[in-house]
Amino acid sequence: MLIYASKRFGIAVLVAITVSLLSFSLIYLSGDPAMALAGESATQEDIENIRRVYGYDQPLVVQYTNWLTKALVGDFGYSNYMRVNVADIIFARLPTTMTLGGCALLFALVLSIPLGVLAAMRPNTMIDRFALSLAVVGQALPSFWFALILVFWLGITWQVLPITGTASWLNFVMPSVALGYYITPAVMRLTRAGMLEVLTSDYIRTARAKGLRPPVVLFKHALRNAIIPVVALAAVQFGFMLGGSIVIETIFAINGLGYLAWESIQRGDLPMMQAIVLILACFYIVLTFLADMLNAFLDPRIRVG
Amino acid sequence: MAPQDSAIIASAAAKVPTAGEVLGPSPGVILRRRIFSHAGITIGATVLILIFAVAIFAPLLAPHDPLDQDLTQKLFPPIWHDSAKATWEHPLGTDLFGRDYLSRLIYGARISLLIGFAAMLISGVIGTALGVAAGYFGGRVDMVVNFIITTRLSMPVVLVALAVVSLVGNSLWIVISVLGLLIWDRFAVVMRSSTQQVRNLDYVAAAQALGCSTTRIVMTEIMPNIVNNLIVVATLEMAHAILLEAALSFLGLGVQPPEPSWGLMVSEGKGLMFFDPWLIGIPGTALFVLVLAINLMGDGVRDVTAPEHHN
Repeated sequence: MLIYASKRFGIAVLVAITVSLLSFSLIYLSGDPAMALAGESATQEDIENIRRVYGYDQPLVVQYTNWLTKALVGDFGYSNYMRVNVADIIFARLPTTMTLGGCALLFALVLSIPLGVLAAMRPNTMIDRFALSLAVVGQALPSFWFALILVFWLGITWQVLPITGTASWLNFVMPSVALGYYITPAVMRLTRAGMLEVLTSDYIRTARAKGLRPPVVLFKHALRNAIIPVVALAAVQFGFMLGGSIVIETIFAINGLGYLAWESIQRGDLPMMQAIVLILACFYIVLTFLADMLNAFLDPRIRVG
Repeated sequence: MAPQDSAIIASAAAKVPTAGEVLGPSPGVILRRRIFSHAGITIGATVLILIFAVAIFAPLLAPHDPLDQDLTQKLFPPIWHDSAKATWEHPLGTDLFGRDYLSRLIYGARISLLIGFAAMLISGVIGTALGVAAGYFGGRVDMVVNFIITTRLSMPVVLVALAVVSLVGNSLWIVISVLGLLIWDRFAVVMRSSTQQVRNLDYVAAAQALGCSTTRIVMTEIMPNIVNNLIVVATLEMAHAILLEAALSFLGLGVQPPEPSWGLMVSEGKGLMFFDPWLIGIPGTALFVLVLAINLMGDGVRDVTAPEHHN
């Protein structure tokens, strides 16, 4: 286990370094960053000044290591647009996005796991067909459009839910549904497939033959085993949702990381963009690492192979 | 010769069966039957062919120029609305600038399909190359490819696409290339595992023993046997690319106005959606139907080609 864990950890660190390199190179995508900062009417001298002040005149390797060593201690530089420390504002906005992501994940799991279990208990019945068609429809719904439909019906026509902001928990209902429904098909299918496999296994037959009550067999024996890959998938999907929150937060005007990302992209606020890409990527890396560890802990075959 | 055998020959001689009766329908016939009896494929393919036809014949079908503005005719509702302004001149109404909504919808199909198809091709080439190489060679190559896949997966797609488009500038081809360079991960993952399953089979070993080159083995032995999975992933990724383009355009960094992208149409209509909900209803439905049709096709192909994997 320890060997497997340290191997995975090493890969995770390497991935994080590669991602940091990629997000660092965002600066140079638009050409000369000093020229972009200086604006159109800047003289050659202004540009040279900016280049020196921001350190763009140094070799790329030096710039990168400077940026990374600072980023490691939580200093992502200074936002040219907002006139604040990038790290301060990001960590102020992070809890909102985390709450949104958590609620969305909760919604997705509460909807998809029971559906998946029901579908697996009665394969090829109405429930199963319903669950599968829900998954097919869910995968085809554009998230921004679904969010607008929710706003139109629940927010404007029936006025049961607030449509913008983060004032109360009610504000989080629609965004969570809009963000969470997108991962329900995947979670539902995996739960269904896992349950179908487990329900035909010998130990379930033994449990049934012992005369255990069906709910005990289903929840204590079957679901426990089928849920393992689902938990791992949920962790990975949580990482995806943090990235996907950019669309939802923009629609519902939620002051989280996604909205911040959208604002900084609009303004060309490079340090902010770099930091957000790096932080979201690191979240994903940590989550997949934890998911791998969980899988390996619960399923010895993985850590041996 | 055993006595039973001669008995069989004798009874067979009495009434000579045709090859069809002995062998049953050929695999091709079975496959064709499965395809045409599969509801998902028939519905999905019909809708998809219709949308393709609409996109190809857009200049003939569209009643107006999709970019033609007429501010005296703005925000006409679609004809099913009980309104004096609803007219057959503009069956789906007009937008805020008086542009014919039906014509914009028709030309929008071109953009969605073009971006979806082109981005799918780019990502397909990258992902298949990486996946097949990893699956075929294994060892170090596999490790490196796995590493690249993990790195790619950890980058948030929408965010990176938005950032890159905003920095590089946006044109149709930049959006296509950015999407193509970002969404190859599923191709790589699926092609890798499919190749791993095939590469140790006897016919690959036979080809190796014959001294075939790696290129030849991959092209004539491996690819034909994993192409079904490739088609499934390709449809799913085409749908994915179309949804991503719509999201980028919705956020203002995909296809630029005045081009008629469906995502952009939803974005332009959202300010007026309380008074004219059809402004977002129509393009959103079009997007939903297109993606649904592609997904039904993909799921159908998977069911038909590998029924044993689908319960």
